[in-house]
Amino acid sequence: MVFNRKKTETDTPAAVAEDEVAAQGVTADISETAAAVTAAAGGEAGGPLLSSRTREMFGYVAWGLGALIVLIMLLAFVGVDLGWPTRVGDNMLDQALDPQTAAVAVAVIGLNIHFGYTGLLNMGQAGFMLLGAYGFAISIVEGVPLLFAVVIGLLASALFAVVLGVPTLKLRGDYLAIVTISAAEIVRYVGRATTFNEHTGGPQGIEGQDFRGPVTDLSFFGTGNFDIGSLDYILTGANSWWMRAVAWAVVLLSVGVVYLLVRSPWGRLLRGVREDEDAIRSLGKNVFAIKMQALVLGGLFGAVAGMLFVLPSSVVPDSMGRTLTFYCWTALLLGGAATVFGPVLGSILFFVVRILVTGIADNTVPDSVLNTQQAGQFGWIVIGVSLMLLVIFRPQGVLGDKRELRFNA
Amino acid sequence: MPESTTNLDLSQKSARVELMSGVAEEPGSAKPDPMLTVDNITRHFGGITAVDVTHLEVQRGIITALIGPNGAGKTTFFNLITGFDKPSPGASWTFDGQGISKTSASRVARAGMVRTFQLTKALNRMTVLDNMMLGAPGQRGERLLSSWLQPLWSRQEKDIEDKALSLLERFKLLEKKDDFAGSLSGGQRKLLEMARALMTDPKMIMLDEPMAGVNPALTQSLLGHVESLRDEGMTVLFVEHDMHVVRHISDWVVVMAEGKVVAEGTAKNVMAQQAVVDAYLGAHHDTDLGDDALLEDENFAAIEAEAQQESEGRS
Ligand SMILES: Nc1ncnc2c1ncn2[C@@H]1O[C@H](COP(=O)(O)OP(=O)(O)OP(=O)(O)O)[C@@H](O)[C@H]1O
Ligand SMILES: [Mg+2]
Repeated sequence: MVFNRKKTETDTPAAVAEDEVAAQGVTADISETAAAVTAAAGGEAGGPLLSSRTREMFGYVAWGLGALIVLIMLLAFVGVDLGWPTRVGDNMLDQALDPQTAAVAVAVIGLNIHFGYTGLLNMGQAGFMLLGAYGFAISIVEGVPLLFAVVIGLLASALFAVVLGVPTLKLRGDYLAIVTISAAEIVRYVGRATTFNEHTGGPQGIEGQDFRGPVTDLSFFGTGNFDIGSLDYILTGANSWWMRAVAWAVVLLSVGVVYLLVRSPWGRLLRGVREDEDAIRSLGKNVFAIKMQALVLGGLFGAVAGMLFVLPSSVVPDSMGRTLTFYCWTALLLGGAATVFGPVLGSILFFVVRILVTGIADNTVPDSVLNTQQAGQFGWIVIGVSLMLLVIFRPQGVLGDKRELRFNA
Repeated sequence: MPESTTNLDLSQKSARVELMSGVAEEPGSAKPDPMLTVDNITRHFGGITAVDVTHLEVQRGIITALIGPNGAGKTTFFNLITGFDKPSPGASWTFDGQGISKTSASRVARAGMVRTFQLTKALNRMTVLDNMMLGAPGQRGERLLSSWLQPLWSRQEKDIEDKALSLLERFKLLEKKDDFAGSLSGGQRKLLEMARALMTDPKMIMLDEPMAGVNPALTQSLLGHVESLRDEGMTVLFVEHDMHVVRHISDWVVVMAEGKVVAEGTAKNVMAQQAVVDAYLGAHHDTDLGDDALLEDENFAAIEAEAQQESEGRS
């Protein structure tokens, strides 16, 4: 295979020594292979595969789509009534500002620390979210004050990160991927097991009203409704302006924290580990500790995201499973890994574009061909196809640095 | 006898010759003041024994070359003593009087023994300058808790940057500082890796074929740098196949073959030793050495190869 340029030479057999016979060559690092695939498709190296004309055209289409999204949402916002496009625009606008979109953005910010900056393949971000949500919600139900409940949620997630990291971070990246995906599933299954019904509520989970109180009590927005343009929500409550303010404030704060961190020498160290662990080791740095810090930190963002995610609704284990993890990954790749704003933009785009596609399909194609439910499914198919197109035409994501692709590590 | 080193000014050639003149030219010989002492280090890969060194001392403050045919075990030996690979039980080695057989690769580097890799490990998607700055030890900004408070580390960062820039200038990479390391040529990456290793302020630097792929003019100036490192008091151990380079800068030569140290001595003498000739010829011809006709052919081939090397070195 052309892509598989993994160095299996004699240079540093430390890793090879551990599983000498078993794994040599079989486990070509997933991330490396992925990088090679994407680079071959879109990077300079992959010239013959796609002409630059095609790629240019794709660029125009993408810009056009972006402009269309903004336009429709703006028209909907100021209340220009164009029939169904306005209704779709309303939905898009609503989704773009939704607290759960903000929650996913925070989860993606954490995932970006894992994968974008450090190269850790965390395939179980939803597990971190779920633990954060359980820690928080159960504590509040038990009467723990808000601040401590948040801390408990964070600790649960940090502990999870350490437990997963200790056995895997010394091995190649693939092991972490396998362990996180199954551990997240375990968390979900334990959560939905009826054994712990008393605390977790089993598959039905924990009602939002049981733990939302302390957060809505903090609101200084007052009561009643408030509307700007087409946006109209209650001021305080589940689906309220207050929830939106809290969620997006946390997003801003998270972006700020990541911005400070990744520009520091610590952030440089993360990127160094992503590029070549052995090189960093040879310079006297404790690679294990760095990876662990990154795993825990990204996991903490995941926990916060989990709390934000459940606040406007409820803790339902099945709503925070593999699917959510894959949404996070899609949003990350869409916005651009290893960029500060990429996760936020990616999360918003991910949800908004789906509504746009579903809306257009539902309203233009006759029901006999595609009914509303099928249009929803069609939306997911389009998301999948666009992700493939993205990987082919713009593997660095919307905000990523094209230069980085020329050199797959 | 550490005093024997401290009394001598090792930047003088005569002093180095005097220092090593008392050392027996045999495998595993004792040095006046060893920086690195290795005992009973072995490493097997399946059936083959890649490294089997019973005793080796590397003298402080001089340049030692490690030579040997392809597959002799030089790189594996480097990997073992720098903690990138684990030897069979029973091995022990000390660096600067400190036992480091049980420590990790990063601790070995922090103790002051830093190495470069035969297959260069440039951090491709980072700039040349970032590559360099990663090498600096004890960075406050690399601690998670202080990293987000720029005032805590900005002064140190500036100093590190100045140091990195001056090293880059020395290695002729200054104008590349903002390019991604992945865009450098193979030779430039070798230079970057060496410069980055020097950012750690090592006591001893171990270079695995540093000149491979570097053009002759730059090789000359690199050799100058390596010598000046030695003159500043650094211990250098390097692997090299080019005998001219070895002869030119090494004060002592260690020869490995099939995992063992088969000879030691000054560059001039060691090449003449029978064990060395055998090692090199044996590596190229594993046919029946008892056959007289073949022996003649081998001698011929060896002479021819040497003549070619001579002429290459002159041009
Ligand atoms: N990871 C490994 N797995 C299996 N065999 C290995 C491994 N690393 C090295 N070897 C074997 O060990 C022996 C020594 O290899 P090493 O790389 O140390 O040689 P070298 O002296 O550095 O050679 P060169 O001058 O070509 O770089 C070789 O026979 C090689 O095939
Ligand atoms: Mg080698």
